[in-house]
Parts: sequence; C-alpha cells; structure tokens
Amino acid sequence: MTTLKINDQSRTTTSPGETPLLWVLRDELGMCGTKFGCGMALCGACTVHVDGQPTRSCVTTCASVAGRSVHTIEHMQNDRVGRVVQQAWIELNVAQCGYCQGGQILAAAALLKATPRPSERQIDEAMSGNICRCGTYPRIRSAIQLASRRLSGAAAGAKA
Amino acid sequence: MSAVTATGVQRRQMLQASAGALTLFVGTNAGAQPEPPQKFGAASMSGGTVDNPLVFVSIAADGTVTIVAHRAEMGTGVRTSLPMVVADEMEARWDRVRVVQAPADEARYGNQNVDGSRSVRHFFEPMRRVGAAARQMLETAAAARWGVPLAEVQAVQHEVLHRPTGRRLGYGQLAADAAKLPVPGNSELRLKTPAQWAYIGKGRVGGVDMAAIARGQATYGIDAQVPRMVFAVVARPPVVGGRLRRLDSAEALKVAGVLRIVEIPAFQGPAAFQPLGGVAVVARNTWAAMQGRAALKIEWDDGPNGSYDSAAFRQRQAAAVKQPGTVARNEGDAPKLIAQAPAAQQHSAEYFVPHLAHATMEPPVATALVTAQGCEVWTSTQNPPAAQGGVAAALGLKPEQVKVNVLLLGGGFGRKSKPDYVTEAALVAKAMPGTPVKLVWTRDDDIHHGYYHAVSLDRLEAAVGADGLPLAWLHRTAAPTITSIFAAGAKAAAPFETGMSALNMPFAIPNVRVERAEVEAHARIGWFRSVANIPHVFATQCFVDELAHKAKKDPLQYALALIGPARKVSPAALGDVFNYSESPVEYPIDTGRMRAVVEAASRGARWGRRLPKGHGLGLAFSYSFVSYAATVVEVAVDAKGELRVVAVDMALDCGPQVNPERIRAQMEGAAIMGLSLALSSEITFENGRVKQSNFHDYTVLRHGQAPRVIRTHLVGGDPSLLPGGVGEPPLPPVAPALLNAVFAATGKRIRNLPLGDQLASA
Repeated sequence: MTTLKINDQSRTTTSPGETPLLWVLRDELGMCGTKFGCGMALCGACTVHVDGQPTRSCVTTCASVAGRSVHTIEHMQNDRVGRVVQQAWIELNVAQCGYCQGGQILAAAALLKATPRPSERQIDEAMSGNICRCGTYPRIRSAIQLASRRLSGAAAGAKA
Repeated sequence: MSAVTATGVQRRQMLQASAGALTLFVGTNAGAQPEPPQKFGAASMSGGTVDNPLVFVSIAADGTVTIVAHRAEMGTGVRTSLPMVVADEMEARWDRVRVVQAPADEARYGNQNVDGSRSVRHFFEPMRRVGAAARQMLETAAAARWGVPLAEVQAVQHEVLHRPTGRRLGYGQLAADAAKLPVPGNSELRLKTPAQWAYIGKGRVGGVDMAAIARGQATYGIDAQVPRMVFAVVARPPVVGGRLRRLDSAEALKVAGVLRIVEIPAFQGPAAFQPLGGVAVVARNTWAAMQGRAALKIEWDDGPNGSYDSAAFRQRQAAAVKQPGTVARNEGDAPKLIAQAPAAQQHSAEYFVPHLAHATMEPPVATALVTAQGCEVWTSTQNPPAAQGGVAAALGLKPEQVKVNVLLLGGGFGRKSKPDYVTEAALVAKAMPGTPVKLVWTRDDDIHHGYYHAVSLDRLEAAVGADGLPLAWLHRTAAPTITSIFAAGAKAAAPFETGMSALNMPFAIPNVRVERAEVEAHARIGWFRSVANIPHVFATQCFVDELAHKAKKDPLQYALALIGPARKVSPAALGDVFNYSESPVEYPIDTGRMRAVVEAASRGARWGRRLPKGHGLGLAFSYSFVSYAATVVEVAVDAKGELRVVAVDMALDCGPQVNPERIRAQMEGAAIMGLSLALSSEITFENGRVKQSNFHDYTVLRHGQAPRVIRTHLVGGDPSLLPGGVGEPPLPPVAPALLNAVFAATGKRIRNLPLGDQLASA
C-alpha cells in the first residue's frame, strides 16, 4: 500500500511500489489525462509535475513519489500558470489530435514557472522532450509566448 | 467491363475489405453483361452519403442543437468542420451546438472510413443539405404556428423571425413541430449562398474538443473506462506470418496481478486486417500485463519472411529498376530517345524512400466486451465499419451484433484504418465472456508490428531538348504493393499506387513511359498519409530540380515552363483510372491551379532574393487527392554539415476552403511530418524483424529541430469548385523541397531518404 498525493488529494494504491505512476494514475485511479506514449521517457506524453518539476510518469515508480506532490493535467485549471497556458492553447487552436498536448502543457507550465520570459532557445530546450506527431510545434511555441506575455503582464500589473 | 474499371484493386475497394470478409474487385468478363455505369466519388464508397436531417440533427426543448459527427476525429478537425457546415446552413448558433460521435453504422450515416482525404470532399454538400433541410423544417413549423405565409418567416441565429411583426420563436420551441414535418426533397432545398455563410470559410469556429484536450478531459480510445475492465498486452510473432512453436507461461502466471494467458491463433490467408497471432497476457493493470509478458518463455517459428533483410532487398530493387518493367503508360518512344541522346542531353537518377512507421502518439488500442448477445468495442479507429466487420468475422457474429463506439484517435495517419488491433482485443475478450478487456500496444509493439509505408526505389531517365526541357521521360517504380496484404504474393503495383504522381505526370512531354517493376512484400505494407505520393513526388520533383540545374535554369522558372500554360488534363488520358476515386471529367488535372500554388509558395519564400552564405531554397509541388500543393523550404547548412530548416512555405489549393483555420493546421503538420521522414525516420528489417523499437531509434522531428517559420498560403478557394482533399495533399512536396534546398545550399544531391548524416559524411 502506497499513499500518494495527487492533485492535492490523498490517494492510496495497492500496486507494487515499482509500478510506474503512469499506470497507477490511468488503470487504478481512472485519471486518464496523463497519456502513455513510449514507456521509456522518450516522448513526454506522460508528463506530470512532481513537487513542481516536470517528470515522466512512465518511468517514475509510485513508491518514489510517496509523500510528494503530484500534479497532473487535470489539476492545471487550478494552477495560476497552468490555467493561462491552457487558455493560450485553446485560443490558438494548438491541438490537432491532441493526444500529446497534456504533456506539452505541463512541460510549458513548468518552463514558464522557472523562466517567465523564455528565449526561443529556452523553449526548444524545455520542449524538445515532448514529441507531437501531428506537428503542432509552431503553434505550441506561439502559445507559450502568448502565455508568457500574459503572465508577465499580470505580474507587472500586480507589482504596480 | 472496360479497362477503366477492370484494371484491378482500387484503394477504396481495399479499404472496404475486412478480415475474413475480404472481397477483391477483379472485374467481370468483358462483354459478358451490359456494363453498369462507373461510379465516382462518394457514390463509389461503401455506404455512400446520407443527407437526412433526422439522422444528423436533433433539437432539445431548451434549444440545444445536437449534431452527429459520423466520421472519426484523428486530428484533422472533421468533428468540428462537418458539424459546422450543418450549423451554418441551419442558422444554428455555434455556442448552442453539441457534437456527438456516431458508432459504426454506414447504413445509417453513410461512409465512415476516414481515409483518403475524403471527409469534407464527400460530405460538404450532403451536410449543407442536412442543415438547409433542418432550417426549412423549422421555418415551416414557425409559419404554421403563426398561421402566416412561409415567405414571411426567416431563420436567423437559432430563432425563426416573422419579419412583418418581429415575432420570434426559438429553435427549442419549434423542435417538436418541425420533427413531425416531411423532410424537404433536394429540389426544394434553398441552400445559402457563399455570401450568407457565417462559419464556412471564415475560421471563426474553434475546435469542438480544444478545451477538453487542453484540460486533460478528452477521451481517446486508450481512455475508455468500462466497469470491471482488465488489461492485456500481447506477445506477437516477431516476423509477419510467424507462428507459436512452444509456450511456457508458468513464470508469467506468477507475476502479481496477472490473471490469465490467452493464445491468439496465427492468421490464415492474406494478412489483411487480421491480428498477427501470439500470446495475450491479461492482468489487473497494464503494467502487470507487461511484466507478465516479459516473463513468457516463447519459441517462434518465423515462417517464410524470416530472412527479410533491408540491405539485401535494396539490392533487389536496384536490379529491378534497371530492367524494363510492365508498361503502365506509353506515349512515343521514350527509351529509344533516351538511349540515342548525347550524354549532355541525357540524365538519370534513382531515389530511395525507406519503410516508415506511422508512430501515432496513441498506439493502437481497443477495449472489447463479449457477451451472449454479441460484442461491444470502444476504440480509436479511422474505419469503424471495418472494425465492426473484422470483429464479426473473427467471432462468428453478424455485424449488427458488434457495436463499435468511436472515441478520439490519438493520431491515425492511415495506421488506424487497419483494425487488426480491434479484432485482437475481441478475440482475447471472447476467452473471458462478460469481462471487458482493454488491449494496449506498447510503443515497441507499434514499431515492430505496423503496416509499413512501402520501401520504394524510383528510377527516372530523361532526354532533354536544346531548351533543357524533357523530350522523353521514363519513370520506373519498384516498391512492394499494398495489395499484398489482401492477396498473398501480389507483386504488381496497383493502379491506385502508380496513379499517385507516377502515371498521372501531367507535363506536356512528347515521349513518356511509366513502368512498374515487380518486387515481393515481406512485411505488412500499408498506406501512410499520402501513400505512394511520398516516393513518387520525392523522385519526380528532385529529378525536375536536377534537370533544371543541368539546363542551368532557375528551378522555379524551369518548373513553370514544364507546367506550361493553363490547361485541363484528363487523368484518364494519362492512363490513370484511379484519380482518387473521382471522375476524370469533374476532376481533371488543372495546370493553371498547379502553377498558382507554385507561384504562391515561391512568392511567400521571396524566391530569387539574395541568400546568406550556406542557405538554399528548394521547391517542389504535386497534385494529390484532387488538390494542388507546393512547398518551398529554406535550409542553412554549416561547414560541418549541420542542417537547420530556416523556413517552410506551404501553398495549397483544395477548392472551397470550408474550415481555413484547420486547413492551415493540416499544412503546418504536413510540413513537420514531411521533414521528419526526410530528415530521420527509417524502418529497417533484419532476419525478418524490425530493428527499431521506440523513439530513440525511430526518430521523428522534435521542437528544437522544427522550423521556427512555417507560412501557409491558401490558394484559390472558389466555392463553386468541387472540394479537394486537405489532410494528405500538403505532405508529398515537403521532402523533395528540402532536398532540393540542400542541393542549392551545398551542391550535394541527396537521393536516399532519410537525410540522416549524409551531409556530414559526404
């Protein structure tokens, strides 16, 4: 039995501790926003935040995140940055099939939290672990830049 | 039966085939019976079209308009675009529209096979009629309620207005009455004029699933939730046609969470859409099933494809294209002219495209529940009726006993129109009646057991005149045929394969020969977004660029000269009986439209400007899926041979532009996918086994490699034209444009895809 903190709620799993968090989320807890893409931390579809850090849940055992804060795409509406990123994604119609976009949004939100005004190169570096087979990269870049402008505008407004 | 219809298996007929219920169209004896008129377009597809508003539209008392999306969403936006057409014609407010997905039922909804870039092409007009009929029924109901002449009422944005008095009735208030009225016949319909469209062609409507996707709430096939569901993965024969020789499942059954082992029989006859066979491990969750599978001890009998080797096969293709093949098109005497041409006026080259895997981000997956009544399936499929037919055949059920629930697809690209994975899930579920089984393919499974794009070698030869333009053109193709999955041992390319940018080469060249060289298939060959256009456009468009350079002409000016003056060329006159199922009369090849996309892409890239050192521009263009596309790529190559794609200009003329915003999205995506296959993607076989396994060795473009600039240019858009395809047409010109740009930048001619490290090692 492992106790997890998922989206600020306490959840327990009876799966063995070496079970990847991805499959606990999807198969046991029925939280399917986190996607399976490769199983080897190569594509980023399964990205979650663990204590705020973007993390590949397909290679992260559930035992290793016991007691730590896990946030999934389902939580991003409750996250100040995540909400702005999601809104930018919707307004720019980023998604095609959309399957990878939850992971993309979590990677983007983590980037903008650490680097509110990322350069083109910083976007490349932060996002290159997340594959999109439909080819939405140009719009993802635009959405990150739109969210960045809005977040820094909001921050400037708050300081004033 | 004329040559036109009897030439063989056409793609659409293959797509109707399903495991165990395969019917191949081979034509009847000439002259034996009066020949029925050939059907084209939607009328030639299974299920045809349906335009009954009572099938597609329902209106609740609160005014909510529910529109059925009968075609599956794989990322093209069809779940938005077609309901948007209905909403526009019926004057529904988009914020009051709800879209629901239809299950498999072609008799009710019309054709549901989302393949071949046909959704808007074939359903734009039927969906307009659905919407217009619904609008007129609402207007008639309102006029009757008020007791006023029909001519005095008008539907305006979810209400019917009585113009003389200003009275209004909402759609919800009229729904019950309207539903009782007869559906107006097509001749009574008053379609909107293009000037009256509120959504069509405007790009104002966001995707219906965008918010759910961004919030992690969209439900894909892999997300199906069925109570008491168990999970399975399958160990499949590593070689197509292989069989289980020995199985020891004792250790697998000891893995915590593993419930049982189910053997899946090897397929019989042609592979078609049948499962490959193997051993399923069923468990409490997917991870336990994967651990159980790893603990299986299996010996396989590889069967006849166990020696398939990509390097050796390449040699066979190279030998094949050096010999005369089966003549598919012949005008004049191209071989003679080429043989007699002086070396300076003769040119030849060979171009290679490897096997490719679709690698959809969501791997194949299906959930199935078998009961005494039948089978229910939840899956992501491009072709729900084929999934239904495949499951029915494998389980000995009638198709109507199989319900296929269609969820979102996490990518399709042609892979998910082959529902082998759905039948596989149903066979495992059959062993556990009453228990729903979700069967997931891992990425390794997906890369190892795909339906691969055909490994292709194309040889081009030409003799040119004093102006550098070709007087003779010879194109010989050698690629395993897709028809081999339906007819074991098939070696001859089908008309629909050579009909994709080989046979239907439209340039006015006096001597033309197109030949098919026969090579065997040792893997499951399948259609991949834009299909045989990928190798044929790569080969012919690089070859045209080579001829331009040989003639010391600017490639753009050379291309425009080759395209020539605007004229309409019948595909039938070129020997092409395929033409993407469309009538050669209604859909001729229009060289004026071809020229316009070339001009738009090159204008967008500011062709002819001075470029920085190490930069180059490359052009390519194509006619596919009855649309016209052109691409200009700008590359920068440094001294070490490191390549950067600076910008891509994509131009497309698809006729009417129903949802321009999604058309641009498809063009952007095609640029990225085209660059992926041009730069790095390659599937190779050794000992019958695919050598690659995941995204580390089957590489696709990532953010950092993607061009920061992709400009999309929509050309034409005349709403009076017949619609063309959108999903596939932008893809074929991307790879040749890239490699032509590489030549412009470096002087190095790359004829083998993918580019890989060829610049560094050259």
